[in-house]
Amino acid sequence: MPRTARDVVFVDGVRTPFGKAGPNGLYAETRADDMIVSVIRELVRRNPALSPERLGEVAIAATTQTGDQGLTIGRSAAVLAGLPRSVPGYAIDRMCAGAMTAVTTASGSIALGATDAAIAGGVEHMGHHPMGSAVDPNPRFLSERLVDPSALVMGSTAENLHDRFPAITRARADAYALASQRKVAAAYAAGRIQPDLVPVAVRSAERGWGLATADEPPRPDTTIKALAALKTPFRPHGRVTAGNSAGLNDGATGCLIAAQDVAAELGLDARMRLVDFGFAGVDPEVMGIGPVPATETVLARNDLTMDDIGLIEINEAFAVQVLAFLDHFKIDDDDPRVNPWGGAIALGHPLASSGVRLMIQLAREFAEHPDVRYGLTTMCVGLGMGGTVLWENLNA
Amino acid sequence: MPEPADRGEQWLDESVITALYPAEVVTKALVRDVQLPYGAGTMALITLDNGHDYTRPNTFGPVSLIALRHALQEVAVRSDIAAVGLTGKPFIFATGADLAVAKLIESRDQALAVGRLGHDVFRRLGELGMPSFAFVNGAALGGGLELALHCSYRTISSDVTAVAFPECLLGLVPGWGGTYLLPRLIGPAQALKVIVENPLSQNRMLRASEAHALGIADAIFDPADFLAESLRWAARVLTAEVTVTRAAVEENWDQAVGMARFLTDGKLHGAAPAPYRAIELVAAARGSSREEAFTAEDEALADLLLSDEMDAALYAFDLTQKRARKAVGAPDGSLARPVTKVGVVGAGLMAAQIALLFARRLEVPVVLTDLDQTRLDAGVGHVHGEIAKLAARGRIAPDAAARLTGLVTGSLTKDAFADADFVIEAVFEEMGVKQRVFAEVEAAVRPDCVLATNTSSLSVTEMAAELAHPERVVGFHFFNPVAMMPLIEVARAAGTDEASIATALAVGKALKKNCVLVKDSPAFVVNRLLTRFLGEVIGCVDEGTPFDVAEHATDPLGLPMPPFLLLQLVGPAVALHVAETLHAAYPDRFATSPKLRALVESGHTAIYGPDFKVDEAVAALLEGGDHPSTAEQVRERALEALAEEIALMLEEAVVAAPEDIDLCMILGAGWPFHLGGITPYLDRTGIAEKVTGASFRP
Repeated sequence: MPRTARDVVFVDGVRTPFGKAGPNGLYAETRADDMIVSVIRELVRRNPALSPERLGEVAIAATTQTGDQGLTIGRSAAVLAGLPRSVPGYAIDRMCAGAMTAVTTASGSIALGATDAAIAGGVEHMGHHPMGSAVDPNPRFLSERLVDPSALVMGSTAENLHDRFPAITRARADAYALASQRKVAAAYAAGRIQPDLVPVAVRSAERGWGLATADEPPRPDTTIKALAALKTPFRPHGRVTAGNSAGLNDGATGCLIAAQDVAAELGLDARMRLVDFGFAGVDPEVMGIGPVPATETVLARNDLTMDDIGLIEINEAFAVQVLAFLDHFKIDDDDPRVNPWGGAIALGHPLASSGVRLMIQLAREFAEHPDVRYGLTTMCVGLGMGGTVLWENLNA
Repeated sequence: MPEPADRGEQWLDESVITALYPAEVVTKALVRDVQLPYGAGTMALITLDNGHDYTRPNTFGPVSLIALRHALQEVAVRSDIAAVGLTGKPFIFATGADLAVAKLIESRDQALAVGRLGHDVFRRLGELGMPSFAFVNGAALGGGLELALHCSYRTISSDVTAVAFPECLLGLVPGWGGTYLLPRLIGPAQALKVIVENPLSQNRMLRASEAHALGIADAIFDPADFLAESLRWAARVLTAEVTVTRAAVEENWDQAVGMARFLTDGKLHGAAPAPYRAIELVAAARGSSREEAFTAEDEALADLLLSDEMDAALYAFDLTQKRARKAVGAPDGSLARPVTKVGVVGAGLMAAQIALLFARRLEVPVVLTDLDQTRLDAGVGHVHGEIAKLAARGRIAPDAAARLTGLVTGSLTKDAFADADFVIEAVFEEMGVKQRVFAEVEAAVRPDCVLATNTSSLSVTEMAAELAHPERVVGFHFFNPVAMMPLIEVARAAGTDEASIATALAVGKALKKNCVLVKDSPAFVVNRLLTRFLGEVIGCVDEGTPFDVAEHATDPLGLPMPPFLLLQLVGPAVALHVAETLHAAYPDRFATSPKLRALVESGHTAIYGPDFKVDEAVAALLEGGDHPSTAEQVRERALEALAEEIALMLEEAVVAAPEDIDLCMILGAGWPFHLGGITPYLDRTGIAEKVTGASFRP
């Protein structure tokens, strides 16, 4: 039986403030599942027009799916959030693009007509689950030289990218990083970030209860001099520093997506339409280049060029990886279309949760720029991948 | 706010106070700033946390109070905050005063200082010059609840099940502001219910929804994000987006106070001072200033902290919290054998109640047997019906009901016990019948299956005598109603082995009952003492004491019910049967009353009619005799008899210590905390010394 794909729209997105991973971080004594539960409950509260029974999936990503991110986090978070038992859920993983994949996968299900509305998001508590902890890479990766040893160390892949593109210097990366910090500070000052943060109660046995209300990672006062003084931990005399990379962070994000007709029926405010998406594989040693082929594929399939794209939310795992993308598409380092409110270098990058943060910001930016028709969310992914989602602004 | 030095606080020498109780587990007051949403500013959020998990709740001893005092002093002088918040550690807000302090108090000055220190600290929350919020995230008992009441506003987490003032049960009053603040918040009638009626009704506690409905909490939020949502709510209150409206308190105070006095008299007849003192304080709260009311609370606490009734109550509370958890004299728990299937012999009402309890708590197959198909069907049907009722009331889920129903079956023969690990009989109280039953059961079961008897007065040793394996027979005596009463007397017969005792105690614990280990002796503890006590009262009636005099002679003790009402509850026939058993064992001390026999033979099962009036025909049966006693004489005789009987029981080693006697009377007979069970009362009145030559306890 022939059938028509349904359009999928992004209705609303919220996230926890992001914290610094580690024993002194905001969320050191807060559970990852409690963080994503806060997000889910906030989405339900903010969208009373949607009766929770209408939710067809809760798709939650986490890179490490054990401990407080285990137990099929999408389902367990749905139960913990008090959603009706009839709402199913699942856990999903594509490393850094986890939440992005949660959105695209759930959207596929909506487009097919199998689901009317879904919550998709991600959580990563890198304090509780340090990168690479509890993984057991197959020895064949190295014995058969399937990948270079550097492929499993993200910072080293960023150094590799600097090697491939000598025009991207440490100075350019630091300048880009500083700009990201400045843009985040400006966005905060203008109150653009805060509306989509759900406050989270955080306990510390030593300090008592507190409330997370703002991102912890940003360093608004940093200077180019301070950035230049930072060490390059991945290589002697390298280029990648803690200052021109995203940090190690804790955070959770989620969004409400729905079939466009269902959103209209329920009176939900559809903010952007998912036009298309694509994921691409690249050499794991230079995983940061991933957004380039992913984006090329999506643009080509939709007969668009980069000139048609008015806003780009690109995840800033590393400045070099953003600059490689910009160079490829011949976009200036300070092009106002790119991460206008700053990015992960300042805000943080709790791996599997970041994809939806990009969408949350794009949706808000679309509202400020009704003249822009298309926007991108794109990110690089460990083990050599890139993902890109093409969105259409519905604020026109 | 300036330091309130005008309150005459020179008495407060912190170093002296903190030295009083070096062993205190200190509840810290951790201050942390939080940025409130909606531009409401900064809140200084105080977390109460003693560093332990929920099994050791936040309590307030002197050092804890002073720690909170310092925190409140610190925030009071800040001009950069919009409000102060207060919350607890996971699952616990605060559970009030550290009761260990009460035991250390030796003088009235010290007692007075306890009240004054609490007031001095807590009242600051209401006098900060900025709003204060209590976020009641968990249990809020006694002083913990008072602390919340001192705040301007309160939120509560919907999963909280313990909001209460247990003070009156413990011989105290909510004397850190509770008797003043609560009636002015929710009205005197409801306040008196919370302060007086609930603690005297099995220490009933309020759930969050009830506390919210009463107006104790202004808002209620789900536990999932309770604190974050509470802080949002607080921010909305501060920005005036939310207005908290409270019902005006304009009830008839005199009527509420009169009703509370009436109810308390009905229960206590003046036997314990604390509830009356609490009622007085609530009555005075209407017209008093804060100063007057708090001073009156200080005085009340000072009096009560030195009272015998509080001593007894704390002793009793301690027994129920500690000694009740693990039977004294229990063998090593590792000797206990697993119980995966249970047999119940008999299908009468008691047997059915026992079967239901085993099925619910142990979640193992339970087989009832009876010789008669109709009785068996009725018994199993009764259990299934009770399960259906629980399901209908929402107490258990439909699937759980289906599971329980499937667990309880009936059998006409005892083959069904072949793989049982624990078989309990609840058949007619007659030695021959019980011996025959055990012989039949033994023929069906494995040699290590525990055989338990629910007998209330027969000899367990004799019951086991003819068996091949008498070592696996134990007494396992429930109290009626089985589901409600927390006590099981576990009786060790002459030949009972340690493994069987250990198994019985493990089963008792799994049933969520408190077991007291007793020696096999006629009527064990509770029935022996109640029978002796009742026997003396009925003996007085036999001699010509008017019914009304005898029935109300024990009122001043504040027992849960008068003697003849107890007799009615037990059933005159059962009471007579137990009396006869005890008479056979101890003819000098246990008489069999001719009037009781006449009552049983008349077929009357009730003394009081449904209208609480004495049945005229029964009254006639109880008349006659020419040596009437006064109420005082009746009471004295009954209490002296108790003292004598307890001394003998301790001599016979029926239980290990007087504490076990008290625990049995508290848990099995509902005897009140203010008597400490009974031995503290017999000691403090000198009755123990008069009768036995010494006090029961040092």
